[in-house]
Amino acid sequence: MRFHFKTSYDHDIRLFPDRWTLSVYGALLVLMLVLPWIIDSFYLGEVTNVLIWAVAGLGLMLLTGQTGQVSLGHSAFMALGCYSCVIMMENGVPILLALPLAGVLTGVIGAIIALPALRLHGVYLAIFTLALAILADDVIVILSPWTGGVNGKFAPEIWIFGIEINRWANPASWYFLALGTAVVVTLLYRNLLRAPLGRAFAAVRDSEISAQAMGVDVARTKTLAFGLSCAFAGLGGALLGLFAGAFNNETFNFLISIQLLMMIIIGGLGFIHGAFLGAIVIAFLPQFLSILTDNLGSASIPGLETGVFGMLLIAFILFEPMGLYGRWLKMRTWLELFPFARRDMFRRQKTYLKTERLR
Amino acid sequence: MSLLTLENVTLKFGGVTAVNNLSMSVNEGEVFALVGPNGAGKSTVFNMISRFYRPFNGKITFDGQNLLDRRPNEVASLGIARTFQNIELFDHATVLQNLLVGRHRHRKTTLVEEILFMGRTRSEERKHRLAVEEVIEFLDLQAYRDKMIMGLPYGVRKVVELARALATKPRLLLLDEPASGLSVEETQDMRWWIDDIRRQMGITVLMVEHDMGLVSKVCDRVLALADGAALAEGTPTEVQSHPAVIEAYLGTSAISKTANAKGERV
Repeated sequence: MRFHFKTSYDHDIRLFPDRWTLSVYGALLVLMLVLPWIIDSFYLGEVTNVLIWAVAGLGLMLLTGQTGQVSLGHSAFMALGCYSCVIMMENGVPILLALPLAGVLTGVIGAIIALPALRLHGVYLAIFTLALAILADDVIVILSPWTGGVNGKFAPEIWIFGIEINRWANPASWYFLALGTAVVVTLLYRNLLRAPLGRAFAAVRDSEISAQAMGVDVARTKTLAFGLSCAFAGLGGALLGLFAGAFNNETFNFLISIQLLMMIIIGGLGFIHGAFLGAIVIAFLPQFLSILTDNLGSASIPGLETGVFGMLLIAFILFEPMGLYGRWLKMRTWLELFPFARRDMFRRQKTYLKTERLR
Repeated sequence: MSLLTLENVTLKFGGVTAVNNLSMSVNEGEVFALVGPNGAGKSTVFNMISRFYRPFNGKITFDGQNLLDRRPNEVASLGIARTFQNIELFDHATVLQNLLVGRHRHRKTTLVEEILFMGRTRSEERKHRLAVEEVIEFLDLQAYRDKMIMGLPYGVRKVVELARALATKPRLLLLDEPASGLSVEETQDMRWWIDDIRRQMGITVLMVEHDMGLVSKVCDRVLALADGAALAEGTPTEVQSHPAVIEAYLGTSAISKTANAKGERV
């Protein structure tokens, strides 16, 4: 059993509360840095995919997990990020500038769209954002002079400081681009969480009415959450498009949004780790299923993937609403407290009547 | 000097008049209680001061400023903090994080400073933490600092909500039934705390409370409401023995009984 003896407020403010946590995450970073020399290029590509999905997932996590606003429209913002990044790159903007700019642009447009959307609650917000996702498809076709419409676009060559980032010739370079973006986004996310704005997000999620009474501007906070969330999703979308190599109006269809939502629920709503764990599941499950069907000697079963995804989602909502990371937290607490863990420790308490009628 | 005044405030929900032409004023530095039977409009008065409801007519002024010009989230920055009748804490956060949200009105950092966690964000965080620790010390919440709200017993949540309101460093504290659901000991603690909040921190307290024992011990003045209108105002003993109040609580026949028993009453 480990005890935290806090000796200064910085214990709760700094990124890593103690040496142990610092060394665990340090070791993880070192492992990630040497990964290209450990695993072969196929799996490296898969890990790159996981990291890209995790970036987009962190975007939705900020909105849904942290601020409690559901969005089924994030595929639209991923598309926006992707197209704006690629169009900028085609016009000679270097990727290191185009990528953050695409994120900022998506964030700003997301925040503007959020202004009317966030007057809606719950299922109405979900429907509104779903409409956005479906609309995005048509908008891409309508804007075909810029977007290439149905024919789509090919990702331009990527050069960073004279090194070509090529998925086929040099998979490690792509991996490091994705890893770098994921680390930066995670850091920004983490910074938000330990600052007043991150707490305001949680306040809006748990009780809008008392957030307001504490001086939190609910509309502004939601708009910021939506904007930041879209910015991260835009970054993820840009990377996804560039990594895929070619994309058109159907690449970012609304199923991507649903996959993203599934990802953060399976991973664990409200946890940074959840976005990464969910991304691992989403990225590796199709591979796992195809290996499984191959070994069973059967031909590929159409719809198997979607079916398994759906069942997983239902299973998680029923049996582990806190997701994979929540499950890990429970196991860790059990081990730490052994043998004093109580069975009902994480059981949801009866919640007291909330003043919903004040809405 | 009166800190908060309501003048001829009326609020109707459909055909129901929740608050009817109510005028009251709370003086700086006093503890003022609203009492009255259920549905008398006490909490509605609170919600109008918090700007969740807009009165049909009348005026609410705080420290000379018109409250009705302010948006709900601006009320806190004027220095008004409140608790809720059915605890409204942030359940999926720790006690510490809940109290830090109370510091939100003192936030000086911008979005960019926060997302990059620049030097000023860090130093501001330390200041917020110090302010919160003072409240934790005051209300003896040290043992619960890192606990999630979800797992806390009712009595502790009640105290955490008071702590969160105090963390905003208010001038006026609105307590909506601070003693409801508390044990005798916890009510006793609440009484000392309300006394200390007024004496040590110089905060004006306006509270809604049914526990007349608590009210008579901590309050300077009491306003009794029934059906949205003021019945009687004065010291706790004056209001308790006021015939209109007894009638509202117990019915008309009770008045003659109390009149007979007046000699024995303390």
